[in-house]
Amino acid sequence: MAKVDLENMDGVYFDVLKEIGNIGAGNATTALAQLLNQKVDMKVPKVALLEFSEVGEAMGGEEQLMAGIYQLVEGDITGSIMFLLEEKSARTLVSSLMGTPPSDGDFTEMELSALKEIGNIITGSYLSSLSMLTNLKIISSIPAISIDMAGAIMSVPAIEFGALGDKILLIQTAFSDDIELDGYFILVPDLESYEKILSSIGM
Amino acid sequence: MSTMIKVGMADLKICKAPDAITTLGLGSCVGIALRDPVTKVGGLAHIMLPDSKAIQGVSHVPKFADTGIEELVKVVVQAGATRSRLVAKIAGGAQMFSFQNKSELMTVGARNVEAVTRILKEMKIPILAQDTGENFGRTVEFFPESGDFVIKAVGKPVKTI
Repeated sequence: MAKVDLENMDGVYFDVLKEIGNIGAGNATTALAQLLNQKVDMKVPKVALLEFSEVGEAMGGEEQLMAGIYQLVEGDITGSIMFLLEEKSARTLVSSLMGTPPSDGDFTEMELSALKEIGNIITGSYLSSLSMLTNLKIISSIPAISIDMAGAIMSVPAIEFGALGDKILLIQTAFSDDIELDGYFILVPDLESYEKILSSIGM
Repeated sequence: MSTMIKVGMADLKICKAPDAITTLGLGSCVGIALRDPVTKVGGLAHIMLPDSKAIQGVSHVPKFADTGIEELVKVVVQAGATRSRLVAKIAGGAQMFSFQNKSELMTVGARNVEAVTRILKEMKIPILAQDTGENFGRTVEFFPESGDFVIKAVGKPVKTI
């Protein structure tokens, strides 16, 4: 079985994780287009292994207002997955989904539910491509949402990662076309699950 | 001119008046500010996890409450603070997401606060004020000159403790 060391991840492992990110984000884009009934394009995702201290910067600053939709992952692999998007993008997305003008102020319960569901669909399509590629059973929990500073939201997966090493794997995806959305995926499998993912695809 | 020194996640730094020190977007992490009110030397740590002993091969000292506070005390004393005069203020330790079945991860904020409180008590460093728990992120600024610990949260008034 492949041994994974996040501190010394070499080019090949990194490429595999990047490719999984790519395919997953592609499927997520299709799901998003169906949901919104709009054409949605995706830019090639950027995958980066970052130091904790760099994560906030990568998202436009620790104080950048974001919506984070967080789900626990169970089955053959365990861990969690988070889909993040800028608060402004979240408002655009909700308004085009619900057919209402973008609101300001606090999100209503209805808007939060809609966002959770969007997150659920996007991470779901991401996870199902991962599942298909690896033949591993992957189940995600009911989503939880937080609208807050990027740093504060990121502290949750960072802490989970923190138990493993000093770095975090971030997949950044920009969706565009009729609407511009900047989204981020953070998949946080435990170390054993990383090894399972890589082994299952013959690494 | 005074400057604002920035402390990242899993990091710590010292600060002397009139400079101030900040850490942005504390979530479940805890920010610990120490200060010697006489020399006005202070420091801020941004810890992520309660206990370094629970994890093998600790390479990153400021990440944990136990090793982080120990290191923070060491560096502020080196910078001119007197150990016996040190006082603390703490913030953070929120629960950012709520799930029905609370896993260990989801309560890490509370466990961080608990660990920090216990360690400071063991080290006989009094906690003068704290703003911890709940479900929102905080940006903090610490001013060793006055000892003010300014807390900013999204959609909430600025608070000084």
